[in-house]
Amino acid sequence: MMEVRGSSNVSLREFGSEQSLLSRPDGSASFIQGDTSVLAAAYGPAEVKVSKEIYDRATLEVLIQPKVGLPSIRERAQEQCVRETCEASLLLSLHPRSSLTLILQLIHDDGSLLSCFLNAACVALMDAGLPMSCLFCGVTCAIDADGHIITDPTAAQEKESRALMTFAIDSTQRRVMMSSTRGSFSVHELQQCIAVSQKASEKIFQFYRDSVRRRYSKTL
Amino acid sequence: MKDTPLSNCERDFLLKAIEEKKTYDYRKMKITFGTDFGCCFVDLGKTRVMAQVSCELVTPKESRPNEGIMFFNIELSPMASPAQSELSVKLNRQLERCLRNSKCIDTESLCVVSGEKVWQIRVDVHMLNHDGNLMDAASIAAITALCHFRRPDYSPEERDPIPLSIYHMPISVSFSFFQQGTYLLVDPCEREERVMDGLLMIAMNKHREICSIQSSGGIMLLKEQVMRCSKIASVKVSEITELISKALENDKKARVPSPLVPVPGVGQVGQGLHNTWGLEEEEDEEEEENDSSGDVVEISDSEEEEVVILHPEKPDKTPTNTGSSSYQRGAATSKKKQKK
Repeated sequence: MMEVRGSSNVSLREFGSEQSLLSRPDGSASFIQGDTSVLAAAYGPAEVKVSKEIYDRATLEVLIQPKVGLPSIRERAQEQCVRETCEASLLLSLHPRSSLTLILQLIHDDGSLLSCFLNAACVALMDAGLPMSCLFCGVTCAIDADGHIITDPTAAQEKESRALMTFAIDSTQRRVMMSSTRGSFSVHELQQCIAVSQKASEKIFQFYRDSVRRRYSKTL
Repeated sequence: MKDTPLSNCERDFLLKAIEEKKTYDYRKMKITFGTDFGCCFVDLGKTRVMAQVSCELVTPKESRPNEGIMFFNIELSPMASPAQSELSVKLNRQLERCLRNSKCIDTESLCVVSGEKVWQIRVDVHMLNHDGNLMDAASIAAITALCHFRRPDYSPEERDPIPLSIYHMPISVSFSFFQQGTYLLVDPCEREERVMDGLLMIAMNKHREICSIQSSGGIMLLKEQVMRCSKIASVKVSEITELISKALENDKKARVPSPLVPVPGVGQVGQGLHNTWGLEEEEDEEEEENDSSGDVVEISDSEEEEVVILHPEKPDKTPTNTGSSSYQRGAATSKKKQKK
């Protein structure tokens, strides 16, 4: 883990989540970061079409539904980021020739959308009970015009920023699983942002832990 | 993904259970609103639907240069139900007939420059969970979102967004028939929909005007049955219309308009004025969060899930409960400084 230096702000907006709120999917969760809100549903393992089946692994499909209109290229790009993160953490070889489907519905976008998608996806997969080798969380950093690093920016802050980065961090070794960036920044700034995101991910993983603990405290 | 087929014993059980069911009641209905105008969630039992209204300036159709355009899109997303069917086409068509053909929205008021620029109002309805009776939930969500929506008003002096002019609120009520029309149910759930013989959908407004009526499934109905259904529908529609007006009013109260408007023509929603009293900040934030996340209006008395708030700073934690929702307060100083 890199050291956090300078005037970086490791504060996240207030976040919360609710699990098992839909009756049809095998796992469902809503994740709210400030005003950004996302609903995730996971189905699986289920039957897969012969054209899509993989002989030794489960086929993971991620669908992102925007609020207005039909899914477009932007949603496809976000789907790819989420899918690659999930494939890296799910134990797909336990369910060969099956399908796992993850559907993410945008409820409200006020910045840090991709990290909200990632967090909701992780909680929904946990709720569905799908086996994973590690948990993951998403953290978004923005570098504003003065060079300050803002974590979990709002839509207004994202618009003013010089660069915007989203990292998916894993829970076991706090390493970066996926990164998606926009804008220009130096190598030093990138390393600082990664350090800041790793620090911020602690809070999110602690939250996952607390919410699972309180959920199963009565049964275990 | 294919849906699991219904077993014979399940089918027999459902048909027997329907014989015992005597009431013509709706399941528990809940209407909530999102942060921005035009976003509405409807929960009908476990069925969950979200509607979002948005607007855009476009050129009008050549045949009608004075009228705005209404566009409906119902998405039966794979989230709601793993099995995809032509249900979405049917729902789209029914909602269009119910809302567009009944002329419940004044489209002439959407005209900005005749023949050149008119407002296109787009209603997107997303099905989040399919537990039966998607049509009713979708119609309630769509009309509530249209009533809730505010469109920008461009004029020499910029003003706050104004609501659409809505003449009446058509609401659809679905009836399902079993055993060749012997048994009738209002608001069928997903299991009941699987074993029904036919479906009758009546869209009505509170002035007892039928806006649209559709019978599907091949069931042959007698005149008395249809008349009885329309009487039941008028009762239900007036109840639902009252619920919608109450929900809209509650939401209006919750969105306190700020006296200081930083940019003319833009209204503040939800967040109060930025205050500098350190002691009151915590309570205000809780209130703001509860208010701006939308108000909930229910028509039955069942208990809500408890929301547990974790306060890492305070030593006493609220006791754990079975509610599966939890909120955590991180170093959340950035929320207070947000201004919309």
